Amino acid sequence: MIRASAASRPAPGDAPQQERIIEAGYRDSRYLLELWHNRELFYFLAWRDILVRYKQTAVGIAWVLIKAMITLLVLTVVFGQVAQLPSEGVPYPLLVFAAMLPWQFFAGALTDCSNSLVGNSELIAKTYFPRLIVPGSAMIVSLVDFAISCGVLALLLAWYGFAPDWRILALPFFAVLAAALTFGAGLWFAALMAEYRDFRFIVAFIAQLGLYISPVGFSSSVVPEEWRALYSMNPLVGVIDGFRWAILRGTPDLYWPGLAISLVFAVLLLASGLWYFRRTERRFADVI
Amino acid sequence: MADVILSAEGLGKQYLLRHRIAGYDTLREKLGENLRRLAYGKHSRPDPRAATLEEFWALRDVNLQIRQGEAVGLIGRNGAGKSTFLKIVSRITEPTEGRLRIRGRAASLLEVGTGFHPELTGRENVFLNGAILGMPKSEIRAKFDQIVAFAEVAQFLDTPVKRYSSGMYVRLAFAIAAHLEPDILIVDEVLAVGDAAFQKKCLERMAEVSKMGRTILFVSHNLGLVRSMCRRGVLLEGGRVVCDDLAEAAVARYLEGFEATASTNLLERAQRRGTGRVRLSRLDIRDSSGAATSSVEAGQAVQFAFHVTGRLPALTCSFTIYDSIGQAITCFDSALQGGHGPADKTDMPSFTCELGELFLKPGRYRINAALYCRDELLDHVESAAILDVDQGISGAQPIVATPGYGSVFMPHRWTGPC
Repeated sequence: MIRASAASRPAPGDAPQQERIIEAGYRDSRYLLELWHNRELFYFLAWRDILVRYKQTAVGIAWVLIKAMITLLVLTVVFGQVAQLPSEGVPYPLLVFAAMLPWQFFAGALTDCSNSLVGNSELIAKTYFPRLIVPGSAMIVSLVDFAISCGVLALLLAWYGFAPDWRILALPFFAVLAAALTFGAGLWFAALMAEYRDFRFIVAFIAQLGLYISPVGFSSSVVPEEWRALYSMNPLVGVIDGFRWAILRGTPDLYWPGLAISLVFAVLLLASGLWYFRRTERRFADVI
Repeated sequence: MADVILSAEGLGKQYLLRHRIAGYDTLREKLGENLRRLAYGKHSRPDPRAATLEEFWALRDVNLQIRQGEAVGLIGRNGAGKSTFLKIVSRITEPTEGRLRIRGRAASLLEVGTGFHPELTGRENVFLNGAILGMPKSEIRAKFDQIVAFAEVAQFLDTPVKRYSSGMYVRLAFAIAAHLEPDILIVDEVLAVGDAAFQKKCLERMAEVSKMGRTILFVSHNLGLVRSMCRRGVLLEGGRVVCDDLAEAAVARYLEGFEATASTNLLERAQRRGTGRVRLSRLDIRDSSGAATSSVEAGQAVQFAFHVTGRLPALTCSFTIYDSIGQAITCFDSALQGGHGPADKTDMPSFTCELGELFLKPGRYRINAALYCRDELLDHVESAAILDVDQGISGAQPIVATPGYGSVFMPHRWTGPC
């Protein structure tokens, strides 16, 4: 389905439109253009998911806050009070929340993104649009949650009278890094899950276990120096450290090798994810 | 040709059918297969327990050109490849071989209600569904009132569609799709929904769209509708185009196709009526030489032999000859002759009807046959046989086809002014 905006869509009888050739393995050079023409669909699918998620709930979008606060409380008590882990000189809840921001975004977006194709299988089996829109709009939904969480962070910072310094300017960079990493992995899983439902369990497993192997409830400085490089092979370590560094003034300097690993991972995952997704995209309707 | 909007060249689509007990494609299956290949080399015998793959061509070697503004009826039995073709046209799936050139946007009504979310209200779903079908928001907004009026759901706009009756749901869904303005409109069997009044409205809308110069691809099992909506008909059989002609001709071919593939052993026909005390077992057509055939020359003698499974007092046989568009031409009834029961006393009783001269114009005819015992219908078989009539002569007069102008020949004589 070639989409053109209302204004530019030629009426029948006008000059013949550009011809499209559909054959096995064809590469559509107009893919980007099509994505652009379908930009409203991004928005509508995201809007649908947000709208539907809180339909028939009493407190609605406040669930984002409730979930965040309870997780924050549990992590703070378990790691800060019970385990008595070091807090880098900032209130422990802030230490935890600065890490929960990217972690929850990652876990939520990865899950939604990976399940998005299967969840919209009816749409995929019966209509055509660039399939990238589906995981793309799932990302948008998670970004909305992320924005809300950022608001909560601002409130928490105000509550503790903790003012970030210039490092906060680097936060958008780390947010983009987190998004790239998540989207790259999400694309892989979404495309794989269209054919192999095994990945549904793998993704759930990652979202569950990742919380413990990533420095969310504790600072990554508790990891012995000689293990630090190995620990950073988890690309989320670099991202989470980055968030902490940007938000919390006075925390130790960035562990550069860790950040570099995250960066490389993000670029590789995103590029390969896009490649694999585009490569398998045309088969989705047949295999899903 | 400049105005060709859609052109298929050698289009084919292959599916791999996996025969296995149940379940999804699991990674284990795939990994197991790959490991085996690694271990035993590429040409190792596959694990007999693994899923067996069967190649299946849903569409094969389809060549078709459709011009701007044409209304084309796509007909064929279930599994003939209609849906696969439409899926390729609407770019949902890609062909395995061949190519399709397409100009402009194709939108299909086969996805009526696709993407409707039960939790969302009618209003919200209009926008969502419009976006899915490829309508920009500005366009949906402009047509919103029209859509709502068409669907007749104005007072339920802010009700979640999960509370809609199925009729309302379908009407709203169709209304959105009907207000699309694609270059190629694909209509797949959607008119089977809704009440008669709504169906009429849908047909009017389709006619309107067609008049606007847009191309319509119409799929339906309602052959009458295909004939009235479309000028051109394309018949698909087993994934191939077997007839691309005027809609009437394609429909006719479709009807014949039923017979051609059906067994000549009438006892194998599942679709029949009657009490079944005696059944028709075979219908033989014999030409003037007495040889069984399916084609006879116009103007020549012909025999119809109806083999039946038993004898009954007052058993009669009747049959009707239909032309290629399903019009009854004439009928014959053994009861009207006063003949009783199968004439011969062999193991296989039969009725024979002899025509001294076959006054049918060249063409293809179908024969429906029935057995009666007084008022009791014993057996009725549709399309018991096909009769191909070839060109011939009656006396000195040639009997030629006059498509569209009747199929009965009458011996006659002309006198002219000079």
